[in-house]
Amino acid sequence: MSTADTPKRSMRTPLGRVRNLGAAHSGTSDFWRQRLTAVAMVLLMIPVIVVIMMLLGRNQAYAKQILGSLPIAIIMVLFIIASAWHMKIGMQVVIEDYVHNEKLKLASIMLNNFFSIAVALASIYAILQLSSGV
Amino acid sequence: MVEFALPKNSRITGGKTWPKPAGATDVREFRVYRWNPDDGKNPSVDTYYVDTHDCGPMVLDGLIWIKNNIDPSLTFRRSCREGVCGSCAMNIDGQNTLACTRSMHDVKDGAVKINPLPHQPVVKDLVPDLTNFYAQYASVEPWLKTTSPTPQKEWRQSHEDREKLDGLYECILCACCSTSCPSYWWNSDRYLGPAALLQANRWVSDSRDEATGERLDNLEDPFRLYRCHTIMNCAKACPKGLNPAEAIAELKLKMVERQI
Repeated sequence: MSTADTPKRSMRTPLGRVRNLGAAHSGTSDFWRQRLTAVAMVLLMIPVIVVIMMLLGRNQAYAKQILGSLPIAIIMVLFIIASAWHMKIGMQVVIEDYVHNEKLKLASIMLNNFFSIAVALASIYAILQLSSGV
Repeated sequence: MVEFALPKNSRITGGKTWPKPAGATDVREFRVYRWNPDDGKNPSVDTYYVDTHDCGPMVLDGLIWIKNNIDPSLTFRRSCREGVCGSCAMNIDGQNTLACTRSMHDVKDGAVKINPLPHQPVVKDLVPDLTNFYAQYASVEPWLKTTSPTPQKEWRQSHEDREKLDGLYECILCACCSTSCPSYWWNSDRYLGPAALLQANRWVSDSRDEATGERLDNLEDPFRLYRCHTIMNCAKACPKGLNPAEAIAELKLKMVERQI
Protein backbone atom coordinates (compact mmCIF):
# COMPACT_ATOMS: atom_id res chain seq x y z
CA MET A 1 0.00 0.00 0.00
CA SER A 2 1.64 3.17 -1.19
CA THR A 3 0.19 5.27 1.62
CA ALA A 4 0.97 2.68 4.29
CA ASP A 5 2.77 5.07 6.60
CA THR A 6 0.69 8.16 5.95
CA PRO A 7 -1.86 7.30 8.67
CA LYS A 8 0.97 7.03 11.20
CA ARG A 9 2.16 10.55 10.43
CA SER A 10 -1.30 12.08 10.40
CA MET A 11 -3.61 12.42 13.39
CA ARG A 12 -6.63 12.84 11.12
CA THR A 13 -9.46 10.34 11.69
CA PRO A 14 -9.79 7.51 9.13
CA LEU A 15 -13.20 8.83 8.03
CA GLY A 16 -11.77 12.33 7.63
CA ARG A 17 -9.03 10.91 5.42
CA VAL A 18 -11.52 8.97 3.28
CA ARG A 19 -13.84 11.98 2.86
CA ASN A 20 -10.81 14.19 2.22
CA LEU A 21 -11.77 17.03 -0.18
CA GLY A 22 -15.19 15.54 -0.98
CA ALA A 23 -16.55 14.15 -4.21
CA ALA A 24 -15.56 15.96 -7.41
CA HIS A 25 -19.11 15.55 -8.81
CA SER A 26 -17.57 14.73 -12.17
CA GLY A 27 -16.26 11.72 -14.02
CA THR A 28 -19.55 10.59 -15.53
CA SER A 29 -19.03 12.77 -18.63
CA ASP A 30 -15.64 11.20 -19.30
CA PHE A 31 -17.07 7.73 -18.60
CA TRP A 32 -19.90 8.35 -21.09
CA ARG A 33 -17.67 9.94 -23.74
CA GLN A 34 -15.23 7.05 -23.54
CA ARG A 35 -18.06 4.64 -24.40
CA LEU A 36 -19.51 7.03 -27.01
CA THR A 37 -16.18 7.33 -28.83
CA ALA A 38 -15.61 3.57 -28.55
CA VAL A 39 -18.93 2.81 -30.25
CA ALA A 40 -18.25 5.52 -32.85
CA MET A 41 -14.88 3.95 -33.64
CA VAL A 42 -16.42 0.48 -34.00
CA LEU A 43 -18.90 1.88 -36.53
CA LEU A 44 -16.30 3.96 -38.39
CA MET A 45 -13.61 1.26 -38.39
CA ILE A 46 -14.88 -0.64 -41.46
CA PRO A 47 -15.21 2.38 -43.83
CA VAL A 48 -11.85 3.72 -42.58
CA ILE A 49 -10.13 0.39 -43.31
CA VAL A 50 -11.74 0.31 -46.77
CA VAL A 51 -10.46 3.85 -47.51
CA ILE A 52 -6.97 2.96 -46.27
CA MET A 53 -6.95 -0.18 -48.46
CA MET A 54 -7.96 1.96 -51.43
CA LEU A 55 -5.10 4.37 -50.72
CA LEU A 56 -2.40 1.71 -50.30
CA GLY A 57 0.29 2.02 -52.93
CA ARG A 58 -1.45 4.88 -54.73
CA ASN A 59 0.05 8.27 -55.53
CA GLN A 60 -0.92 11.62 -54.03
CA ALA A 61 -3.15 12.58 -56.94
CA TYR A 62 -5.26 9.46 -56.39
CA ALA A 63 -5.37 10.13 -52.63
CA LYS A 64 -6.65 13.64 -53.35
CA GLN A 65 -9.30 12.21 -55.63
CA ILE A 66 -10.51 9.70 -53.00
CA LEU A 67 -10.44 12.13 -50.08
CA GLY A 68 -12.03 14.81 -52.27
CA SER A 69 -15.27 12.90 -51.83
CA LEU A 70 -17.21 14.67 -49.06
CA PRO A 71 -18.60 11.55 -47.32
CA ILE A 72 -15.14 9.93 -47.22
CA ALA A 73 -13.52 13.10 -45.85
CA ILE A 74 -16.25 13.37 -43.19
CA ILE A 75 -15.78 9.72 -42.17
CA MET A 76 -12.01 10.22 -41.85
CA VAL A 77 -12.38 13.42 -39.81
CA LEU A 78 -14.98 11.82 -37.53
CA PHE A 79 -12.67 8.85 -36.99
CA ILE A 80 -9.81 11.17 -36.06
CA ILE A 81 -11.98 13.09 -33.58
CA ALA A 82 -13.34 9.90 -31.98
CA SER A 83 -9.97 8.19 -31.72
CA ALA A 84 -8.07 11.26 -30.44
CA TRP A 85 -10.75 11.90 -27.82
CA HIS A 86 -10.75 8.23 -26.80
CA MET A 87 -6.96 8.25 -26.61
CA LYS A 88 -6.99 11.38 -24.43
CA ILE A 89 -9.51 9.96 -21.93
CA GLY A 90 -7.84 6.52 -21.86
CA MET A 91 -4.38 7.94 -21.28
CA GLN A 92 -5.69 10.23 -18.55
CA VAL A 93 -7.13 7.20 -16.73
CA VAL A 94 -3.76 5.45 -16.93
CA ILE A 95 -1.98 8.55 -15.58
CA GLU A 96 -4.46 8.91 -12.72
CA ASP A 97 -4.03 5.22 -11.89
CA TYR A 98 -0.26 5.15 -11.70
CA VAL A 99 1.15 8.67 -11.21
CA HIS A 100 0.62 9.67 -7.59
CA ASN A 101 2.87 12.73 -7.37
CA GLU A 102 0.40 15.63 -7.71
CA LYS A 103 2.70 17.97 -9.67
CA LEU A 104 3.87 15.23 -12.02
CA LYS A 105 0.27 14.10 -12.47
CA LEU A 106 -0.92 17.61 -13.42
CA ALA A 107 1.99 18.05 -15.84
CA SER A 108 1.34 14.61 -17.41
CA ILE A 109 -2.37 15.31 -17.84
CA MET A 110 -1.56 18.68 -19.37
CA LEU A 111 0.91 17.11 -21.83
CA ASN A 112 -1.62 14.39 -22.64
CA ASN A 113 -4.19 17.05 -23.55
CA PHE A 114 -1.70 19.00 -25.66
CA PHE A 115 -0.53 15.86 -27.45
CA SER A 116 -4.06 14.60 -28.21
CA ILE A 117 -5.23 17.98 -29.50
CA ALA A 118 -2.05 18.43 -31.60
CA VAL A 119 -2.36 14.96 -33.14
CA ALA A 120 -6.05 15.49 -33.88
CA LEU A 121 -5.55 18.93 -35.44
CA ALA A 122 -2.55 17.86 -37.53
CA SER A 123 -4.46 14.81 -38.84
CA ILE A 124 -7.59 16.82 -39.60
CA TYR A 125 -5.51 19.47 -41.35
CA ALA A 126 -3.88 16.80 -43.52
CA ILE A 127 -7.25 15.32 -44.50
CA LEU A 128 -8.71 18.74 -45.29
CA GLN A 129 -5.67 19.73 -47.32
CA LEU A 130 -5.85 16.55 -49.38
CA SER A 131 -9.62 16.64 -49.79
CA SER A 132 -9.80 20.32 -50.75
CA GLY A 133 -6.88 19.92 -53.12
CA VAL A 134 -4.99 22.88 -51.64
CA MET B 1 4.57 6.55 -8.95
CA VAL B 2 2.83 3.43 -7.82
CA GLU B 3 5.16 1.08 -5.93
CA PHE B 4 5.32 -2.23 -7.74
CA ALA B 5 7.93 -3.80 -5.45
CA LEU B 6 7.59 -4.42 -1.74
CA PRO B 7 9.36 -1.94 0.52
CA LYS B 8 12.66 -3.25 1.92
CA ASN B 9 11.23 -3.98 5.35
CA SER B 10 8.35 -6.00 3.86
CA ARG B 11 10.45 -8.42 1.79
CA ILE B 12 10.09 -12.02 2.88
CA THR B 13 13.25 -13.64 4.23
CA GLY B 14 13.75 -17.26 5.27
CA GLY B 15 11.46 -18.82 7.83
CA LYS B 16 11.41 -21.61 10.35
CA THR B 17 10.42 -25.20 9.57
CA TRP B 18 8.67 -26.70 12.58
CA PRO B 19 9.08 -30.43 13.27
CA LYS B 20 6.44 -32.87 12.05
CA PRO B 21 3.99 -33.97 14.76
CA ALA B 22 5.20 -37.20 16.39
CA GLY B 23 3.18 -40.28 15.51
CA ALA B 24 1.10 -38.60 12.81
CA THR B 25 0.42 -40.83 9.81
CA ASP B 26 -1.08 -38.24 7.49
CA VAL B 27 0.29 -34.69 7.57
CA ARG B 28 -0.40 -31.63 5.46
CA GLU B 29 2.22 -28.97 4.93
CA PHE B 30 1.21 -25.37 5.75
CA ARG B 31 3.40 -22.42 4.75
CA VAL B 32 2.28 -19.41 6.71
CA TYR B 33 3.33 -15.75 6.50
CA ARG B 34 4.76 -14.51 9.80
CA TRP B 35 5.56 -10.98 10.86
CA ASN B 36 6.00 -9.68 14.35
CA PRO B 37 5.93 -5.89 14.81
CA ASP B 38 8.01 -6.18 17.98
CA ASP B 39 11.15 -8.03 16.85
CA GLY B 40 12.26 -5.62 14.12
CA LYS B 41 12.78 -8.45 11.62
CA ASN B 42 11.47 -8.79 8.08
CA PRO B 43 8.49 -11.06 7.41
CA SER B 44 9.15 -14.77 6.93
CA VAL B 45 7.24 -17.86 5.86
CA ASP B 46 7.13 -20.62 8.47
CA THR B 47 6.48 -24.24 7.53
CA TYR B 48 4.21 -26.35 9.73
CA TYR B 49 2.92 -29.91 9.43
CA VAL B 50 -0.69 -30.48 10.44
CA ASP B 51 -1.95 -33.89 11.56
CA THR B 52 -5.02 -34.16 9.32
CA HIS B 53 -6.44 -37.06 11.38
CA ASP B 54 -6.52 -34.83 14.44
CA CYS B 55 -8.09 -31.75 12.86
CA GLY B 56 -11.11 -30.58 10.87
CA PRO B 57 -11.10 -30.30 7.08
CA MET B 58 -10.97 -26.52 6.64
CA VAL B 59 -7.88 -24.32 6.36
CA LEU B 60 -9.04 -22.50 9.51
CA ASP B 61 -9.14 -25.84 11.35
CA GLY B 62 -5.52 -26.33 10.31
CA LEU B 63 -4.50 -22.89 11.59
CA ILE B 64 -6.28 -23.46 14.91
CA TRP B 65 -4.58 -26.87 15.18
CA ILE B 66 -1.19 -25.23 14.63
CA LYS B 67 -1.94 -22.57 17.24
CA ASN B 68 -3.11 -25.18 19.77
CA ASN B 69 -0.46 -27.82 19.15
CA ILE B 70 2.66 -26.26 17.65
CA ASP B 71 3.00 -22.49 17.85
CA PRO B 72 0.69 -20.45 20.12
CA SER B 73 2.22 -17.21 18.81
CA LEU B 74 0.62 -17.65 15.35
CA THR B 75 -1.84 -14.77 15.04
CA PHE B 76 -5.00 -14.62 12.94
CA ARG B 77 -8.61 -13.42 13.23
CA ARG B 78 -11.47 -15.89 13.43
CA SER B 79 -14.88 -16.04 14.98
CA CYS B 80 -17.91 -17.82 13.50
CA ARG B 81 -16.07 -20.56 11.54
CA GLU B 82 -18.99 -20.80 9.09
CA GLY B 83 -18.59 -17.98 6.57
CA VAL B 84 -20.86 -15.48 8.27
CA CYS B 85 -18.57 -13.08 10.14
CA GLY B 86 -15.83 -12.49 7.55
CA SER B 87 -13.07 -12.38 10.18
CA CYS B 88 -10.80 -15.09 8.78
CA ALA B 89 -10.36 -13.58 5.30
CA MET B 90 -6.84 -14.28 4.06
CA ASN B 91 -4.95 -15.19 0.92
CA ILE B 92 -4.92 -18.98 0.58
CA ASP B 93 -3.02 -20.51 -2.32
CA GLY B 94 -3.03 -17.18 -4.15
CA GLN B 95 -6.73 -16.49 -3.72
CA ASN B 96 -8.40 -14.20 -1.21
CA THR B 97 -11.01 -16.22 0.62
CA LEU B 98 -12.32 -17.25 4.02
CA ALA B 99 -10.17 -19.82 5.81
CA CYS B 100 -13.28 -21.31 7.41
CA THR B 101 -15.04 -22.17 4.16
CA ARG B 102 -11.98 -23.26 2.13
CA SER B 103 -11.20 -26.94 2.54
CA MET B 104 -7.50 -27.73 2.80
CA HIS B 105 -8.18 -30.67 0.47
CA ASP B 106 -9.31 -28.25 -2.27
CA VAL B 107 -5.85 -26.71 -2.22
CA LYS B 108 -3.93 -28.72 -4.79
CA ASP B 109 -0.24 -28.68 -5.42
CA GLY B 110 1.41 -29.63 -2.15
CA ALA B 111 1.60 -27.09 0.64
CA VAL B 112 -1.24 -24.85 1.77
CA LYS B 113 0.25 -21.38 1.30
CA ILE B 114 -1.30 -18.71 3.50
CA ASN B 115 -0.65 -14.96 3.42
CA PRO B 116 -2.51 -11.97 4.84
CA LEU B 117 -4.92 -10.09 2.55
CA PRO B 118 -2.73 -8.34 -0.05
CA HIS B 119 -1.67 -4.71 -0.04
CA GLN B 120 -2.89 -3.81 3.43
CA PRO B 121 -0.64 -2.82 6.31
CA VAL B 122 -0.06 -5.89 8.50
CA VAL B 123 -0.74 -5.71 12.23
CA LYS B 124 0.78 -9.13 12.95
CA ASP B 125 1.09 -12.41 11.00
CA LEU B 126 -2.24 -12.88 9.15
CA VAL B 127 -4.00 -9.85 10.66
CA PRO B 128 -4.30 -6.91 8.23
CA ASP B 129 -5.09 -3.36 9.31
CA LEU B 130 -8.52 -2.70 7.80
CA THR B 131 -9.01 0.77 9.31
CA ASN B 132 -9.16 2.46 5.90
CA PHE B 133 -11.51 -0.25 4.55
CA TYR B 134 -13.97 0.25 7.42
CA ALA B 135 -13.77 4.05 7.12
CA GLN B 136 -14.64 3.71 3.43
CA TYR B 137 -17.66 1.62 4.40
CA ALA B 138 -18.69 4.30 6.92
CA SER B 139 -18.29 6.97 4.23
CA VAL B 140 -21.15 5.48 2.16
CA GLU B 141 -23.42 6.01 5.19
CA PRO B 142 -24.82 2.49 5.27
CA TRP B 143 -28.14 3.19 6.94
CA LEU B 144 -31.66 4.08 5.84
CA LYS B 145 -32.00 7.82 5.23
CA THR B 146 -35.49 9.32 5.05
CA THR B 147 -37.15 12.69 5.34
CA SER B 148 -40.80 11.56 5.23
CA PRO B 149 -42.44 11.25 8.65
CA THR B 150 -41.54 7.91 10.20
CA PRO B 151 -44.47 5.51 9.84
CA GLN B 152 -46.09 4.10 12.98
CA LYS B 153 -44.95 0.61 12.02
CA GLU B 154 -42.13 -0.30 9.63
CA TRP B 155 -41.10 1.30 6.32
CA ARG B 156 -42.92 -0.87 3.81
CA GLN B 157 -41.35 -2.47 0.75
CA SER B 158 -42.88 -4.61 -2.01
CA HIS B 159 -41.56 -8.11 -2.63
CA GLU B 160 -40.23 -6.97 -6.02
CA ASP B 161 -38.31 -4.08 -4.45
CA ARG B 162 -36.95 -6.35 -1.74
CA GLU B 163 -35.65 -8.71 -4.41
CA LYS B 164 -33.52 -5.89 -5.81
CA LEU B 165 -31.37 -6.16 -2.67
CA ASP B 166 -30.57 -9.82 -3.30
CA GLY B 167 -26.94 -10.21 -4.23
CA LEU B 168 -26.12 -7.04 -2.27
CA TYR B 169 -27.30 -7.50 1.30
CA GLU B 170 -25.36 -10.76 1.75
CA CYS B 171 -21.98 -8.98 1.82
CA ILE B 172 -20.15 -9.70 5.09
CA LEU B 173 -17.40 -7.09 4.61
CA CYS B 174 -14.56 -9.61 4.72
CA ALA B 175 -12.48 -7.40 2.36
CA CYS B 176 -11.56 -10.31 0.03
CA CYS B 177 -12.84 -8.36 -2.99
CA SER B 178 -11.32 -4.95 -2.29
CA THR B 179 -7.89 -6.38 -1.47
CA SER B 180 -7.91 -8.47 -4.67
CA CYS B 181 -8.47 -5.39 -6.86
CA PRO B 182 -5.36 -3.90 -8.51
CA SER B 183 -7.11 -0.56 -8.80
CA TYR B 184 -7.66 -0.66 -5.04
CA TRP B 185 -4.00 -1.59 -4.50
CA TRP B 186 -2.81 1.48 -6.38
CA ASN B 187 -5.41 3.98 -5.17
CA SER B 188 -6.99 2.73 -1.94
CA ASP B 189 -6.63 6.21 -0.45
CA ARG B 190 -9.13 7.63 -2.96
CA TYR B 191 -10.92 4.69 -4.62
CA LEU B 192 -13.65 3.27 -2.36
CA GLY B 193 -13.13 -0.28 -3.61
CA PRO B 194 -15.60 -3.02 -4.57
CA ALA B 195 -16.91 -3.79 -1.08
CA ALA B 196 -17.82 -0.21 -0.14
CA LEU B 197 -19.29 0.39 -3.61
CA LEU B 198 -21.40 -2.79 -3.47
CA GLN B 199 -22.68 -1.59 -0.10
CA ALA B 200 -23.31 1.87 -1.57
CA ASN B 201 -25.38 0.26 -4.33
CA ARG B 202 -27.25 -1.74 -1.69
CA TRP B 203 -28.56 1.58 -0.25
CA VAL B 204 -28.98 3.28 -3.63
CA SER B 205 -31.13 0.29 -4.69
CA ASP B 206 -33.24 0.28 -1.53
CA SER B 207 -36.78 1.45 -2.40
CA ARG B 208 -37.30 2.75 1.16
CA ASP B 209 -34.31 5.10 1.04
CA GLU B 210 -34.98 8.75 0.19
CA ALA B 211 -31.39 9.93 -0.25
CA THR B 212 -30.56 8.19 -3.53
CA GLY B 213 -29.48 11.38 -5.32
CA GLU B 214 -27.38 12.50 -2.38
CA ARG B 215 -25.73 9.07 -2.27
CA LEU B 216 -24.93 9.23 -6.00
CA ASP B 217 -23.56 12.78 -5.55
CA ASN B 218 -21.23 11.46 -2.88
CA LEU B 219 -19.92 8.76 -5.23
CA GLU B 220 -19.63 10.79 -8.44
CA ASP B 221 -15.90 11.20 -8.55
CA PRO B 222 -13.13 10.09 -10.92
CA PHE B 223 -11.47 8.25 -8.04
CA ARG B 224 -14.19 7.15 -5.60
CA LEU B 225 -16.19 5.30 -8.27
CA TYR B 226 -14.54 5.53 -11.66
CA ARG B 227 -11.26 3.82 -10.66
CA CYS B 228 -13.16 0.58 -11.27
CA HIS B 229 -11.90 -0.72 -14.63
CA THR B 230 -14.02 -3.89 -14.59
CA ILE B 231 -11.04 -6.12 -13.82
CA MET B 232 -13.47 -8.56 -12.14
CA ASN B 233 -11.03 -9.91 -9.53
CA CYS B 234 -13.65 -8.89 -6.95
CA ALA B 235 -16.30 -11.20 -8.37
CA LYS B 236 -13.77 -14.03 -8.62
CA ALA B 237 -12.61 -13.58 -5.04
CA CYS B 238 -15.96 -13.11 -3.25
CA PRO B 239 -16.41 -16.10 -0.91
CA LYS B 240 -20.15 -15.41 -0.78
CA GLY B 241 -20.50 -15.65 -4.58
CA LEU B 242 -21.52 -12.00 -4.99
CA ASN B 243 -20.61 -9.79 -7.93
CA PRO B 244 -19.32 -6.37 -6.78
CA ALA B 245 -18.28 -5.52 -10.37
CA GLU B 246 -21.91 -5.78 -11.45
CA ALA B 247 -23.00 -3.60 -8.53
CA ILE B 248 -20.45 -0.97 -9.57
CA ALA B 249 -21.66 -1.18 -13.20
CA GLU B 250 -25.20 -0.54 -11.92
CA LEU B 251 -23.98 2.54 -10.07
CA LYS B 252 -22.27 3.85 -13.22
CA LEU B 253 -25.45 3.22 -15.20
CA LYS B 254 -27.48 5.22 -12.68
CA MET B 255 -24.93 8.05 -12.95
CA VAL B 256 -25.39 8.13 -16.73
CA GLU B 257 -29.16 7.72 -16.42
CA ARG B 258 -29.54 10.87 -14.34
CA GLN B 259 -27.46 12.91 -16.79
CA ILE B 260 -28.76 11.78 -20.15
